[in-house]
Amino acid sequence: MSTSRPRPIGLIGATLALLRKDLLIEWRTRARLNAIIFFALATLLMFSFALGPDTRQLEKNAGGYFWLAILFASVLAMGESFRVESENACLDGIRLAPADARAIYLSKALGNALLLIALGIVLLPVMVALYGVKVATGFVDLGTVLLLGSLALSAPGTVYAAISSNARARDVLLPLLLFPLVIPALLSLAKATSLVLQGDPMNQLGSWLGLLLGFNLIYWGVGFVLFPRIIED
Amino acid sequence: MPSLPALALHDVSKRYGRRWALARLTYALPPGRSLLLTGHNGSGKTTLLRLLATALSPTAGRVEVLGRDAVADRDSVRRDVALLSHASFLYEDLTAHQNLTVLARLLGHPSPKDGASALLTRVGLEKRSDNPVRGFSAGMRKRLAIARLLLKAPNLALLDEPFGELDPAGIRDMEGFISELKAGGVTVVLATHLVEQGMTLCEERLHLQDGRAVDA
Repeated sequence: MSTSRPRPIGLIGATLALLRKDLLIEWRTRARLNAIIFFALATLLMFSFALGPDTRQLEKNAGGYFWLAILFASVLAMGESFRVESENACLDGIRLAPADARAIYLSKALGNALLLIALGIVLLPVMVALYGVKVATGFVDLGTVLLLGSLALSAPGTVYAAISSNARARDVLLPLLLFPLVIPALLSLAKATSLVLQGDPMNQLGSWLGLLLGFNLIYWGVGFVLFPRIIED
Repeated sequence: MPSLPALALHDVSKRYGRRWALARLTYALPPGRSLLLTGHNGSGKTTLLRLLATALSPTAGRVEVLGRDAVADRDSVRRDVALLSHASFLYEDLTAHQNLTVLARLLGHPSPKDGASALLTRVGLEKRSDNPVRGFSAGMRKRLAIARLLLKAPNLALLDEPFGELDPAGIRDMEGFISELKAGGVTVVLATHLVEQGMTLCEERLHLQDGRAVDA
């Protein structure tokens, strides 16, 4: 083994190898998933308590509350994804392997997106029960919003989690950097989710999904280009 | 490239904030020779090893590794160089076997799991193969870290205090691994406070003091 020279794998191969590693770590500890699920459930409950018994208000704004709960929980998830790499300088170990920095970005961002999708799937029935909402336009639409929303939060979140991972006040820095950037996506997500939950008589959902797709293209494109500079410099 | 030096430093400096860790260091290691790096704590040994591993870029000057520029040809250099560092590069929540398998997959080994198992046997960790690294002693971590280095099959091995945290048997094993690397044609750069031990393994010596090369 030590005498044979291995052949380097490409971007996709490295991405899959690193994603597999991240999912394995998550599966072995389940620390991140458990933490963000309880945090997001508590957030949904707090919105419910804060607004009192006015179920119409809850129902009307359920989409926004749902995505706020996911956004707040995502900060925990993404910060933790780089804490694992800081321990024992594992990120250096991967860089020097060498793994393509873009593969590190893609694997981290995809891993974070998968975590947020899993969180969304757990939160949905709770939201339906707590806020008294129904899925009006179907689960395919809801799944599409969840997929695009999770990707839209994880792409910039992964970049900023990498930037803030070495900072002393990283727990404060990450939300400070991330929240302003994702406000446009968050507005689109709240609107699209509301249409899915309350019905879409004017056929507006497609436009909001198109807008979310556009945000994703921008976030992922910028992250893909910037990330190598962030972790190397 | 028999005539090219294994590594060459051209007026290399590295600064952290206001402090110069290396100051205008110039040196060339002849091909086929191994280098012992000595110096007190904070003299610049680790910084030099990290520059050679391309984990850092020099503030000024040029670093050449195996005939290639360590900044311009970074990815190419990284494929040929392996670093045994103070930090183990090991994932605490993964088992010893999983840690090596992850790296083997990244390196494109045809059978990552078999390769990882073979190396764990070679470093004497086969019985702890399926245990998470979090429960490992410092010496076991060092053994696993050397397995990680051997997995890369490097042409240049950079070893930062490889004997630290090892018991006498572990030190003998480590000396054996280093001798094996050298016998296999690998250039070794060894930073250690155990000068006598290092001198038996290396033909050349570079002594650093405050980031500068001085006579030992």
